[in-house]
Amino acid sequence: MSVETLEYTAKDFSSDQEVKWCPGCGDYAILKAVQKAMPLIGRKREDIVFVSGIGCSSRFPYYMDTYGFHSIHGRAPAIATGVKLANPNLSVWQITGDGDALAIGGNHFIHLIRRNVSINVLLFNNRIYGLTKGQFSPTTNLGQSTKSSPQGTIDNPFNPGELVLGANGHFFARATDTNAKALTAILVEAEKHRGASIIEILQNCVIFNKDIFSDYTAKDVKLDNQVHVEHGKPMIFGANSDKGLKLNGFKLEIVTIGEDGITEDDLLVHDAHEEDNTLHMMLAKLQMPVVTGIIRSYGEDSFEMRMKKQVEEVEKNSPFKSVNDLLESGETWEIK
Amino acid sequence: MGTTAIKEVDKVVIKFAGDSGDGMQLTGTQFTGTSALLGNDIATFPDYPAEIRAPQGTVAGVSGFQVHIGQAHIHTPGDSPDVLVAMNAAALKANLRDVAKGKTIIIDTDNFKRKDWEKAGFADDPLTSGELREYHVIEAPMTTLTRTALEGLGLDNKSMVRSKNMFALGMVYWMFSRPLDYTERFLKGKFGKKPEILAGNIKALKAGFNYADTIEAFSSASAVLPADMEPGLYKNVMGNEATAWGFLAAAEKSGKELFLGSYPITPATDILQELAKHRHFGAKVFQAEDEIAGITSAIGAAFAGDLAITTTSGPGLALKGEALGLAVMTELPLVVVDVQRGGPSTGLPTKTEQSDLMQALYGRNGESPVVVVAAKSPADCFSMAFRAAKIALEHMTPVLLLTDGYVANGSQPWKIQRTEDLDDITPHEADKSMQNWQPYERDTASLARYWAYPGQSGYEHRIGGLEKDELTGNVSYTPENHEKMTYVREEKVQRVANYIPELEVDGSQEGDLLVVSWGGTYGSTLTAINKCTAQNKKVGLAHFNYIKPLPKNTAEVFSKFKKILVAELNQGQLVKYLRGELPQFTYQQFNKTQGLPFRVVELNHAINKTLESN
Repeated sequence: MSVETLEYTAKDFSSDQEVKWCPGCGDYAILKAVQKAMPLIGRKREDIVFVSGIGCSSRFPYYMDTYGFHSIHGRAPAIATGVKLANPNLSVWQITGDGDALAIGGNHFIHLIRRNVSINVLLFNNRIYGLTKGQFSPTTNLGQSTKSSPQGTIDNPFNPGELVLGANGHFFARATDTNAKALTAILVEAEKHRGASIIEILQNCVIFNKDIFSDYTAKDVKLDNQVHVEHGKPMIFGANSDKGLKLNGFKLEIVTIGEDGITEDDLLVHDAHEEDNTLHMMLAKLQMPVVTGIIRSYGEDSFEMRMKKQVEEVEKNSPFKSVNDLLESGETWEIK
Repeated sequence: MGTTAIKEVDKVVIKFAGDSGDGMQLTGTQFTGTSALLGNDIATFPDYPAEIRAPQGTVAGVSGFQVHIGQAHIHTPGDSPDVLVAMNAAALKANLRDVAKGKTIIIDTDNFKRKDWEKAGFADDPLTSGELREYHVIEAPMTTLTRTALEGLGLDNKSMVRSKNMFALGMVYWMFSRPLDYTERFLKGKFGKKPEILAGNIKALKAGFNYADTIEAFSSASAVLPADMEPGLYKNVMGNEATAWGFLAAAEKSGKELFLGSYPITPATDILQELAKHRHFGAKVFQAEDEIAGITSAIGAAFAGDLAITTTSGPGLALKGEALGLAVMTELPLVVVDVQRGGPSTGLPTKTEQSDLMQALYGRNGESPVVVVAAKSPADCFSMAFRAAKIALEHMTPVLLLTDGYVANGSQPWKIQRTEDLDDITPHEADKSMQNWQPYERDTASLARYWAYPGQSGYEHRIGGLEKDELTGNVSYTPENHEKMTYVREEKVQRVANYIPELEVDGSQEGDLLVVSWGGTYGSTLTAINKCTAQNKKVGLAHFNYIKPLPKNTAEVFSKFKKILVAELNQGQLVKYLRGELPQFTYQQFNKTQGLPFRVVELNHAINKTLESN
């Protein structure tokens, strides 16, 4: 079906429920970006399902006029997997946060990725527990003082990108709540990707972790501190578009075009489709500048495709055409 | 068949016991299959250790398979064996106390050396100490005889020794005049690609048969004639297998696709494995990363319109508790199977118990009612799996089906039911004629909400674990709404009573004592009260398949008896529930928690004691 025939607008995806996030929360911008992406994915509204767990972001499905399931803490990947396997034709989206996905739901998160079920996961990373009012999360910076770590955290944080790639993730992208346009474009690509697509969204919690990403997202620094990668293009960034990433041995190096004889040709050209994820891992781990955009997008058969294929093959070769055939098979005897 | 005279017996209990690597489960199932084909009624009881290969030659490592075959109807695997096959000293040690004096014990003397009987915990050599004086002991060096028989086939020593279970089976086949062809067919299927192993096994089987025919140890062979069973086509089924088939039949009858989300756990894993074989029915079998993902993936599939199942045992049910509450709140059709085992915690993974009833009824946060049903025998697992799916789909509620290790692994002949003879299943779905469908709009009779799922245009809606508005399903924190919804969820489950069969009584319909039981103990309690009836005692049996809600005539049935005795394999869970639901009656209880089924003799003792008490 073509996008045009559906003729949806972002408004068609807005439900009648009042949005109840805190004023100024980054979630509003993400909601808008998602509603904008929906008319662009070419799917009928009734074929779209949003599944979430627990946390501020997980209220998201109530605000989308699609099918939605606000489930229990951490379990959205498994629920979404059930939805997708029940009906592989559906476009399934999972909304989760850093606590929901990486703490209580960590097991389901990595197994969703490992299996490669076609689900688009929006991981709202604000590096804090919001709904329970300000405890540290698995992505909170080491040493940060929070309500449950008054002397500072002593646990090392996860880098979600590292975890996704470590679990053999085939699609990982990073976006920010301050660049809705880029996010919308990434969402459309995520839906096109077969298999699990994980999108980490750096999201500002205005109440409990205000400006935690401002080093990356503040207007005056964002161009210098973010590298937005695009497949096939050189990794250039900076307010003057004069900085770039270059491989030096086994490490990424930040270079300036025009200095030390560096030209654009010396820079890395992004290959999101490369099967080997070594470079993707380096990009995901880079702290300053932070890398945004689609870091990895490697295509392979998805889990639900494999399951469908297997069922079809078995059906074709089976002598059983009905349950009666099965029940009456094997060793039986007649009593007269 | 040999020339020895054959005497007829109407039933016999045989126990095969050996090391957990000796192939006793296989030997037992082969004897069962052969006897089933001869038309005997059958009940089996496999009893094996939780460890895959427990230390060899120790009592802890003994694996046993008890089979009861009869010309008459039988309902239990038998209280004690008439014939014990002991492949080593530990198997003798573990089972001797169950064998009555005068019964037969067949012994592989090759495994009764000093180190063997010492390891098994005998103070002296049992073959010479006189301990077995009052038994009919048949000593056969089975390992040596097997090795001799298989010489020249080119098998290594290990493979030769492994065939000794077939030698033992051959001996028992001769004893009970069974033909060898069923097992020969089985071996050909199993070892078709390994001709030397196949030849070895068949040779060992025949050697055992011929050996028994030759030696003077048996005075005669016995025959158990076919039982007088209802006409029809039969097959032998195990409980877990029957459970899986019941769900396949329910999927076909309801027009729904089957989804199973499950994580392996003893003794429920066979349901997962059985369904994994049947992808040709479109069954979507998903082995999840844990118990929670098992149930939540099933909930997702139910939300998306499938007949959704999750299977587990007690510890897994504990893990599924929160998600089960979600299914209660979202009012989605879901069947949870708990194949109970001894608990708490890891408990006795391979032993049976009925101690998850309270967990099934109440083991969740909040007021969280679900329908609870139980299967009473291996074959009944088919019917109850089917009924559980029917209730879930027609009433939009989670249903918990309780079976246990005993019925799950036990087997019995099953008169094959054709799907056209089963009830119809009509999922409670929204249909186009409904004006302004609302997610929590209900049928006025059953109180079931109308199911609509993704892919259906015009029904887009959001549900979740937060309390729902009574009509729109939107989040509602209104105090009165929560109270009303709490009531409606319970009432919906209670109204299932209008759609299930009434309680039936076996034995006396009124009188001195009503025995009450539920789930997998039916065979034992029925046999016990049949004995009472034969002795003209006014004892009836009310056996519950449906526990929540209780059948509507429960109080009426209870009121016809002077005393009520509730017998369960726990410390008194159904009795506690009945005391709460029907407090007008006085209940006595008989309980056992040894990881073993009831013996009929124990039940009769308890019944007689209760009858005699004031």
